[in-house]
Amino acid sequence: MSQPIPWIGTGLADEVQQRAGTPVSACFQCHKCSTGCPIGPEMDFLPSQIMRLVHLGAEAEVLGSQAIWLCASCAACTTRCPMDIDIAGVMDALRIMAIDRQVALPDAHGRQFHRSFLGSVQRHGRVFEMGMMTAYKLRTGDLFSDVGKVPQMLAKGKLNLLPHRSGGVSEVRAAFRRAEEEGRKP
Amino acid sequence: MKYAFFPGCSLESTAWDFDRSTRAVCRALGIELEEIPDWVCCGSTPAHASDPGLAVALPVLNLHKAQATGLPVMTACASCYARLRTANFQVSRDADERERVQRLTGQPYDGSVAVHHVLDVLVNHFGLEQVRTQVRRPLAGLRIACYYGCLLTRPPEIVAFDNPEHPTAMDDLVAATGAEPVDWPYKTECCGASLSMTHAAVVCRLSHRLLSMARQAGAECLAVACPLCQVNLDLRQADATSAHGALPETPVLYITQLVGLALGLSRKELGLDALTVRPDRLFAGRDVTAAGAAGGRA
Repeated sequence: MSQPIPWIGTGLADEVQQRAGTPVSACFQCHKCSTGCPIGPEMDFLPSQIMRLVHLGAEAEVLGSQAIWLCASCAACTTRCPMDIDIAGVMDALRIMAIDRQVALPDAHGRQFHRSFLGSVQRHGRVFEMGMMTAYKLRTGDLFSDVGKVPQMLAKGKLNLLPHRSGGVSEVRAAFRRAEEEGRKP
Repeated sequence: MKYAFFPGCSLESTAWDFDRSTRAVCRALGIELEEIPDWVCCGSTPAHASDPGLAVALPVLNLHKAQATGLPVMTACASCYARLRTANFQVSRDADERERVQRLTGQPYDGSVAVHHVLDVLVNHFGLEQVRTQVRRPLAGLRIACYYGCLLTRPPEIVAFDNPEHPTAMDDLVAATGAEPVDWPYKTECCGASLSMTHAAVVCRLSHRLLSMARQAGAECLAVACPLCQVNLDLRQADATSAHGALPETPVLYITQLVGLALGLSRKELGLDALTVRPDRLFAGRDVTAAGAAGGRA
């Protein structure tokens, strides 16, 4: 980073701490999370840098980062943190905050995948992969990647042309509806 | 021994061979499975990355159904396993979470239904000695890199039934089949998981790294216990090697397929034809699958 980031208080750290239920402010920058992060080479900020930016209240940098969407949730960071901070949980909280605040995402693939996946679960009670992949491709405009694998996967029975609807779909829809209502409460 | 079986969505599609081989191995060993009726998706990563309430409520809908059977739960998918265990962990230690999950699912739940992974069931409940006595066609001399990935071992206070940095359950199990588990350092390194959909290039880099290290350690194939790991290492293997350098083709089998072969089950019963990198070369000169049909002691 060439620009210094000004100190603007601890509001962000407090909010992340509350949402993720983990002591974000205990991070003392040992970088163990970054050292073991499998996605580090592709990230714009390493996990320890994300933690530091949260301390600094650098909301735009954190919520607009690509790193929070590249995190694969492998929890190597959470497992190894000497201060028992659930860093993978912090990444989840930051993704949710970025959506809540309608931040312009540098890369919407992760978000569109999550929407397509959960849309399929809401519709069928289970993931219907062919439908989910089609929805994802339409949302991202990334129509052709991996299309070459589809015939082979169909031939090996790894993709179904029709969904398996769960008998529990009405409970799933009710849970989605109630979760959405809770999310709208102030 | 009897369990309420939670297959999960992958086992109905990309990992149907994991489903088939898990059921076949349990049947052969006398472990009874009763599929949870009307089970629903656990929510996986998209739920916990989008809505903390749904991330617990979706697993709990299944745990309610399991509770009605009175049986402990067994899963095969590592992601379902981690989500069900995480829901139990959060609900049992946090009263607010219990209240929220009751609001979202319409029923109370206290986090008390036991959840186990098939690897844990085979190694720790059924027992390695018992497996050993059931082996009909030892996988003698087959060098296997056991790959645990993330979700079977992390975070340890929620999911681990083994050492989180140096697990050995799968190595011990393949040794019980007569095979040779190789010592290698990337047992618990991540394959990129669901980035396979969104950032395939990252997954190719990570898969290549894993395959290349397994080869350097002398392995002829990998054993996995997660549908995402299997897809990333097997279906993406050709992409990984064309992007990052040639490697010998390395079959990636579910641990249940390898155990099933040693128990004398047929390749059809284990769904071996679903693998992208064909495992045939591994067994050339061995009698493991030669008989084809079930049984048939070599």
